[in-house]
This record gives sequence, C-alpha cells and structure tokens, in this order.
Amino acid sequence: MVLTMRQPAGTAAGASPAVMTTLAVENMHCGGCMRKAEAALSAVPGVGSARANLSARRVMAMHNPSVVGAADLVDVLGRAGFKAAEIAEDGADVRAKAADQDILKRLGVAGFAAANIMLLSVSVWSGAAGDMTQSAQTLFHWLSALIALPAVAYAGQPFFHSAVQALRARRLNMDVPISLGVMLATAMSLYQTMRGSEQVYFDAAVTLLFFLLVGRTLDQRMRGRAAGAAANLLGLRSAAATVVAPDGSTARVSTRMLVPGTKVLTATGERFAADGRIVEGCGEVDESLVTGETLPRTVAAGSVVYAGTVNLSGPILTEATATDQNTLLNEIARLMSAAEQARGRYVRLADRAAQLYAPAVHILGLVTFLGWLLTGHGWETALTAAIAVLIITCPCALALAVPAVQVAATSRLFGNGVLVKAPDGLERLAEVDTVVFDKTGTLTLGEPVLVETRALNHNVLERAAALAAASRHPYARAVVRAATAAGLSVRPADQVREVPGCGLERIGSQAQPGGGHERLGSAVWCGAAVPTLETAQVWYRGGDGTIVGLSFEDRLRADAAYVVSRLHDAGFATELLSGDLVAVVEAAAAGSGIDHWKAGQSPVDKIARLEELKATGRKVLMVGDGLNDAPALAAAHASLSPTTAADISQTAADALVQGERLTPVLETLAVARAAHRMALQNFAIAIGYNCVFVPLAMAGIVTPLIAAVAMSASSIAVTANAVRLKTKPLELTQ
Amino acid sequence: MTALAWLIPCALLLGLLGLAAFLWSLNTGQFEDLDGASWRALQDDEPTPRGPSLP
Repeated sequence: MVLTMRQPAGTAAGASPAVMTTLAVENMHCGGCMRKAEAALSAVPGVGSARANLSARRVMAMHNPSVVGAADLVDVLGRAGFKAAEIAEDGADVRAKAADQDILKRLGVAGFAAANIMLLSVSVWSGAAGDMTQSAQTLFHWLSALIALPAVAYAGQPFFHSAVQALRARRLNMDVPISLGVMLATAMSLYQTMRGSEQVYFDAAVTLLFFLLVGRTLDQRMRGRAAGAAANLLGLRSAAATVVAPDGSTARVSTRMLVPGTKVLTATGERFAADGRIVEGCGEVDESLVTGETLPRTVAAGSVVYAGTVNLSGPILTEATATDQNTLLNEIARLMSAAEQARGRYVRLADRAAQLYAPAVHILGLVTFLGWLLTGHGWETALTAAIAVLIITCPCALALAVPAVQVAATSRLFGNGVLVKAPDGLERLAEVDTVVFDKTGTLTLGEPVLVETRALNHNVLERAAALAAASRHPYARAVVRAATAAGLSVRPADQVREVPGCGLERIGSQAQPGGGHERLGSAVWCGAAVPTLETAQVWYRGGDGTIVGLSFEDRLRADAAYVVSRLHDAGFATELLSGDLVAVVEAAAAGSGIDHWKAGQSPVDKIARLEELKATGRKVLMVGDGLNDAPALAAAHASLSPTTAADISQTAADALVQGERLTPVLETLAVARAAHRMALQNFAIAIGYNCVFVPLAMAGIVTPLIAAVAMSASSIAVTANAVRLKTKPLELTQ
Repeated sequence: MTALAWLIPCALLLGLLGLAAFLWSLNTGQFEDLDGASWRALQDDEPTPRGPSLP
C-alpha cells in the first residue's frame, strides 16, 4: 500500500480530497528545526497540516495535490534550508508500524498483569508468615488466576507462535522452553488454585512474559529505526528528474514516477535518474558507480545508460527503459539473489545458544520430575519442583542478553554515523577476519583531482581554469579547484562554447595577445598527438598553439592508509578488488598499503574471489559502493557501504557509513567485537544465575517468589551490563 | 477482612485505568515521536493540530 494516494482522475479540483505525503528531512535536529519545517509547510496554500516526527526525521503533510504537489513541498523545505525528499511508505513500513504497536500493547498488558499479580502475591507470601486465613489466600489466588489467564493468553502469543513454528520445522528455539515453562506454570497454578494449595506460580509466569517482551520490544524498535533511517537515505538520494512531455514542455518529477517510455532530460553533471536509451545527444558518461572504472565511456544516440551514472558532457535526452530489459542489472539482480540465499543460512548467536540450552532445560526439568517421583513423592510435588526448574532456567536473561547489547551497540554506532541495517549484521561483523575493499568511491573519493599541478605552467592553468569555469564537467571543476588551490584567481572567460563529447572552446579575437582559438577537451578536439603511454585525459590548446596534457586521478580518501594500517595492526588481512585498470588499481593499493589487489574484476570475478577466500576459512567483510559491488556485498560474510553508494548496494549492505571518512569502518568492527564479547558476558551472567538456583530448584527449596525475584534480578543485571557498551572507550585490537 | 472487599476492586480498577490510559496513548500515536515530544513541550506557541490522519 502506498500512503501517498493520488487524486483519482476526473475529480473536480475544488472538491479534490487531500492526500498525505511523507517527506524525509535530512537535517532536522531539534525542536527549532521541527517548528521551522512545520511552519514553512503550513504557510503554503493548499497544505492542510504538517507534522514533523523528529525521531523518524520525517514530516507528514496533508495537502491538496491539485493546488500543491509533493515536489513543491520538497522545494518549500529546500528554501527553508532543509534537504528533503518524498518517501513512499510501502507495505513493509506499514507492517513494521503495526508490529511495533502490537508488541507494545502486549507489553502493556503483561506489565499491568505482572504488577497486579505481584501485589497480590506479596500479600500472600507476607500474609502466610502472619495471620492470613486459608480462605483469604484462596481468594487472592483466584484473583491472580483471573488476571493471569487472559494476560498469558494474550501477551504470550508471539512466543507461542514462534515455538509452534520452530517445532513444525523440527527445530528448538528459545521460545520452546519459554512457552512450555509459561504454559505449564499457568496450568499447574490453576490446578493448585482449585485445590486450595499454596504452590501457585502466576506471578512468576507473568513477570517472565513481561521481561521477555521488553527484550522483544527493544529488538523490534532497533530494527524499525534502522530500516526507517535507511529508507530516508535512499529517498534523499533519488533526486528529481526532468521529464520532457510530448509537447516539448518539461517538468521536474520524482524519479519513482518514471515509467518505461518517459523521455528524461539529463543536464551536464547530473546523474541519470533511470536506465534508458539515448534519443538525442552524445558525449561521455562516468560509469564508475556501475562498473568501478574511472575512465568515462563515450556514448551516442542509441547507447544504453544506467541509472546512477553521471552525464559528463552536454544535455542528453533518454527514453527510460524498464530495468528488467537491462542485461547488466538483470545479471546483478540474479547474482545478488543467489548470494543472499547463501547468507540466509546464518544462525544467530541467540539461536545457537538456544540450540544448546533448550534441550538442557528440558532434560533438567524431566530429571527433576522423575527424580522426585522415583524417590516416592507424589506427582504434584514432582511437577511443582520441575516447574520451578523450568521457571528458574527460563531463558529470560538469555533472551534479553543479545537484544540489550545490540540496542546499545547500534545506538552507539548510529551516533558515529554508522547505520546497522541487518538484524544479524553486528554478529557477522564481529566474526570478520579479512577486509576486502572496492576502489572507486570506497577507498577513493570518487571524484577526479588534477595531478602534477606544480609541473604545470601557472599561466596555462589560469587560462584553462578560465575556460573550465563555464562547465559543470567533473574534469572542468577539478581544473578550477586546482587553479584556486594554486592561489590563482579564476575569472570565467567570455564567449566559451561547450561542444558535447569534445570539450570547451573560446574563439579568441586577434586583438588579444596570442589570439587564436583556445580549446580544453579531448586529444582529438585539441589536435594533440597522443603518445601511447600518456595518462592525460584532458588537453589544453592555447591561442598560440601550445598543447598541454592534464592528468587526473581519483584521490584516496584522506584516512585510507591509516585505516588499512590499523586493520593490519589488529590482525586483519586486506585486499583490493576493483573493476578499474591495472595501473590505477596498483597505485591505489600502493597508496593505501594494501598488498593483495586485483584489477579488471567483473561482479562475477569478485564473487569468485570471495568464494575462494571463504573456502580457505576466511570471514570476509566487503566494503564497496558501486552497482558492480552489490552481488559481492550480498555474498560476503558481512558488508559495509558508504551512503554515496548505488541504491542497490545500500540495500545489500549490512551497514552504511556516512561521511567522507573511512575511519567508521574501524569503529564498526571494534563495536561489533565488543558487542559479541558483551553478549557472551551476558550469557555467562545468565548461566551463572542458573548454576546457583537450578540445584536449589531441583532440590525443591526455591519458592515461586524466590524464582521470580532471581529471574528479574538476572534480567536487570544483563541489561545494566549491556548499557556500559554505550560509553565504554573501545580500540580495535587483535 | 471487609476492607478487602472494596480495596481489591479499587486496586484493580486503578491498574486497569493505567492500562487503558497506556493503550489510549499508544493508539493516538503518542509513542511515535519520543524525541520530538520533549521539544514540543517547550514550544510556547499554539499547539499544532495532531498528526494528519488518512481520509
């Protein structure tokens, strides 16, 4: 379901119904921003109301689409200083919200029941030592039963469903002993209440459910937050596209509205919004995001261009094609689904613990029951002791141990600009021992920088920059940046003409010194004879006929070498897999200190290399951004992407890194490892409690109240331990 | 003991009131923006209308 409902055709404009549009707003940080965004939208005619959600970084606006469209709302927010984008709330969003509400309701009911039953239980247990009559005690037990039965039936459902599913698949998960313990305790207590006995466990059963639901809620909230933030990022990146109508008029629309056949105009320097075939225009396209190759590809009418690639030369008109006709994307989608299936077999830490723990619990319970029965006690005494064992061992702390740690770890990483998307991502990140980097856009910044500026004549650079200032071509901008950095003042030259696919030209007047034409662009355009070993990509021909080659490189991120050396210090192996040319990859590997590198890798080659590493027992972390990395990101044991990555790669990655630096990779690995250690510590705490109380329970010494208190105490202990992770200083070590 | 006859129903009623209040606040979306709500308390202008609901 899409919440952004379109106005049905044929509705009169005056009576058109209002629609709700959800906008992701990137830089909304405080109450002031929230108010500003709401005020800006509310002031627009046609907007009924606007309400910001600071936790989700979204604004929801009711507006009349015939008066003001979603794109206008984005513009309004843009003028108010916010980077915004329309977000389609899809089925997954709605389901996640419903699941969130559902678990909170169950938590509320369990909390209410636990508090009230505990109140009655404490009265009974303190009254038992005093002067409480038998009839009053029975009354209290019945009241507890009255509260507990519906509460258990309602609040326990998530566990019962999960346990039934696991049993159907002939597996044991954590929910099997939980369900068994809760159901047995409730049924036994009901029976004992009818008989007027003292052994009533309603309090333990319901308190157990309450604590378990706290763990479940934390887990779900964390996942929901990560999913929402990831959706925001994707929405903010997919900008609007200029659509050309059959009558020649143009309009800016959201890229999601593009359908096959739509004519899209892409200006110089813009990214293509959709895959398409070129109808008009020619020039060069930077496909580094798709192929990893930094050298632009020359395209002409009839060529296919991919979404996410950058138009380097003049405006290009394309006709959008459906993505499934596209062989490259098809291939990548196929490789990805195969890789993801393989990863789906990963068993989470808590489930691995459950596989060991659940049988042990059941065996202990059974041994207790049989032990008491065989030593000549009645079956009731035996069953009571067995239930006490089940309740004590009920993996309350175990079920909280991992979610509590993960919430602390992900919120710490969130604060550092790392967004952990996959629910089991942290656990897989903790096991990594090899880091494989992509080059373009990952190890490097993904934008060209003019090299050997010093060797260049300043006069040449100044003239070239004066020409370049007229263009949005990445190479032209790099020339301007280099000139500015060299301390030259860049004055845009007059009468500069941009020739698509060739370069820039200025027709000089004879009156000027040097006269003649000046050109900046391809070798052919400038009339340069290109030696085979020349690395220059752009040439400058001055008015006097001098020809100078300008070389560009995609510079490494400032902290790339630091990150690689720290990884080596911590015992990680590193590798560089790139789709780019040998010379460029070799230079990047040398610059960053990576020993093993491979150039000219296709997506299939990358997966093959990852499989090779896997076969030697390595757990690989893939760090990549391009479309060509997406299958490798899905195939690796764990994966990271910068938020500048292609959409499909962001979707495949376990975690996203924001910002220009690579250092968050170190932080992510350090936190993941610390989280793993802490989860094990928590297991140790939980099992330590069991070691003390299980023998007591088996001996029949533990009363239901002690069982409930011990269980709560261990839950609080593991949560308190997990919270330490938020502030603990961490270093990545061996 | 007669005190119990009205004390217990009172206790239960208060508990149920709390539960009802929680469920009401949940259904009216008061847990949807925990960060924003704390800022809204400090804003001294007219309260904005509650979040838009679907027609």
